This record gives sequence, structure tokens and C-alpha cells, in this order.
Amino acid sequence: MAQSAATHVEGHQQHPLGIYIGVWILLFVLSGFSYAVDYFHLQGMLRWTLILLFMFLKAGFIVAIFMHMAWERLALIYAILLPPLCLLVFISLMSIEGDYTYLTRLIVFGPAEAIVEPHH
Amino acid sequence: MTEQTMTANEGDLQEKAGLTGLVEDWSEDKQAFHVPWGKAMMWIFLLSDTFIFSCFLIGYMNVRISTTVPWPSPSEVFALSLGGEPIPLILIAIMTFVLITSSGTMALAVNYGYRRDKKKTVLLMLATAALGATFVGMQAFEWTKLIMEEGVRPWGNPMGAAQFGSTFFMITGFHGMHVTAGVIYLIVIATRVGTGFYDRHRGGNYEMVEIAGLYWHFVDLVWVFIFAFFYLW
Repeated sequence: MAQSAATHVEGHQQHPLGIYIGVWILLFVLSGFSYAVDYFHLQGMLRWTLILLFMFLKAGFIVAIFMHMAWERLALIYAILLPPLCLLVFISLMSIEGDYTYLTRLIVFGPAEAIVEPHH
Repeated sequence: MTEQTMTANEGDLQEKAGLTGLVEDWSEDKQAFHVPWGKAMMWIFLLSDTFIFSCFLIGYMNVRISTTVPWPSPSEVFALSLGGEPIPLILIAIMTFVLITSSGTMALAVNYGYRRDKKKTVLLMLATAALGATFVGMQAFEWTKLIMEEGVRPWGNPMGAAQFGSTFFMITGFHGMHVTAGVIYLIVIATRVGTGFYDRHRGGNYEMVEIAGLYWHFVDLVWVFIFAFFYLW
């Protein structure tokens, strides 16, 4: 019943079930890894790098396979995936501003406010 | 010229490889995206929703960076005591499991939809909706626990930085609202599939299932980011 090759049927997209099951299992595995990062109390750079890595991998597989983006035309792919890159600018601006606010608070309200392990 | 072939369907051009195809699509005078209107519109809506959730998450990032009072530790706040031992983030792990399962059932539903297997499509869509409702129920439990037992308010909490409550309720609230809307949306579409609406009115075209699927996967996608940035970080 399941077709073994990807078929483009009148613009519809039909792909072998196996690829969805495979990605599904992969998502569980990646989620397990993400949870393990916290369970094993990893800290610092290693923690953040792994959190981000697993997050982007999961997001990538969901968008590419579950949402069929991998099989869409380039025009649609770029129209949807390029604009969010502007958010990187926004993130940079707001994190710079956040640091400024934090330092200003320390100066104005005194270092007594900052208890062990300030921001994060 | 030899790469270009007309398919039998509305003269849709086979896409040329790489940037050539991209430029050709955008240069056309009638339509840029060779997908059904509903699908293009759903993608554009999801793009806008991405920006909305990003605004919330970036705002959360900002207040967390700038707070001089320590941020409550999510591992401790969201731990549940099972058998006497507090297990960190266990409810959140279960919620993630539920939502990923629902994304799987949705992907299968879309697949069976294109095979015109009405029964499986409806069953899988309803399973997806049920899992989504379960997720919202667990989130409601989490909210109740934080509000009633831990004293978390949008303006303060006994555990740390005052902004924790407002960011938590805003981000998870908006997400939960999207999940709820998705559950209703899925039930409506599933009912239409089951009663043959798409056979009568769309000539047997089950694209609406795929479009609903896009929305549902987006909801899961947002959770992936919330899970990473709010609960794990």
C-alpha cells in the first residue's frame, strides 16, 4: 500500500510513511537529549550549546519534514525562512540593551542588589 | 528549455533548479508560489505568528538579562514529587512527549488524507486533537499549581525575580491559546473529512488536512523553543 518512492501527484505531496516515523522517533531522541542536559545538571557553555543545538535540530526536522518544506519550491522556502533571520538583529539589540540595563541597575541601586550569580 | 516541462495540471511549470527557478517564480506575472492559495496563506500567517512569539521570547530574554534579582530555577520550580523524590521538569518532559506524539499523528493524518483514506485520516486527526487537549490540561494543572501553591503572580513571586510570573504566563498562555484553537480547528476539519465535505465541495481534494497540519506543527515548533528557552535555560 505504501509507495516506496516519493511521488508528486498533481501538486500534492505524498511521501513514504517511513520517513515520518523515522523523523518522529528522532524527535523523541532529541527531546530525550534535551531533557538529559538538565537532568545531568550540565552547566555553562556546554549547557547552552547543547540546548541550542538540540532545539535547532528539532525545529529543523519539524519544518523540513513534517511541514514538507524540504519538498517545496525555493520561492516559498526563501519567502518564509529568510525574514525570521531579521530576528537575529532584534535579539542582538535587545541583549545589548539588557546588559546595559543590568549594569545601570548595579550602579544606581548598588552592588548589594546583585546576589550570587547575577542574570541567568 | 529542455528542463522545462508542462504538467497536465493548470500549466504548472516544473521548477528549474536553484536560483534560476527562484527568479522565474518571482518573475511571473500571475503568481509567485505554485502551491494552493490556502497553503501559501497559512505559511504567511505562521510567519507572522513566528514574529509574535519571537517578540515575547525576546522580551523574556531582555528581562532575564537585566534582572539583578536571581531568576527562579526552572528545574526546581517545575519539579514534581513522585514517590517522595522531586523529579525536575518531569511534567514538562511529559508535555513535550505528548505534543511530539501529536505532531506524529498529524503527519500520518496528512499522509492518509492524500491516500483518500477517510477513516484513518479522521481517527488520526481526532487523536491529534485529543493529545493537544491533554497538553492544555497539563499546562492548566501547571498554572494552577504555580498560582495557588507557589504564589506566583505576574508582578512577583517568592522564588526570585519579579518578572518570572508575567513572562511565564504570557508566553505559555499565548501558546496554550494557540493549542486550544488548534484543537477546535482540527475537530472541525476532521468532521468535514468524515462527512464527505471535501468529496462534495472540493472534488476529493484533502489539502485542508495538510493546511491544518501546518498550523499544528507550528504549535509544536513554538513549544520546542519555549521548552529550550524557558524551561531548560
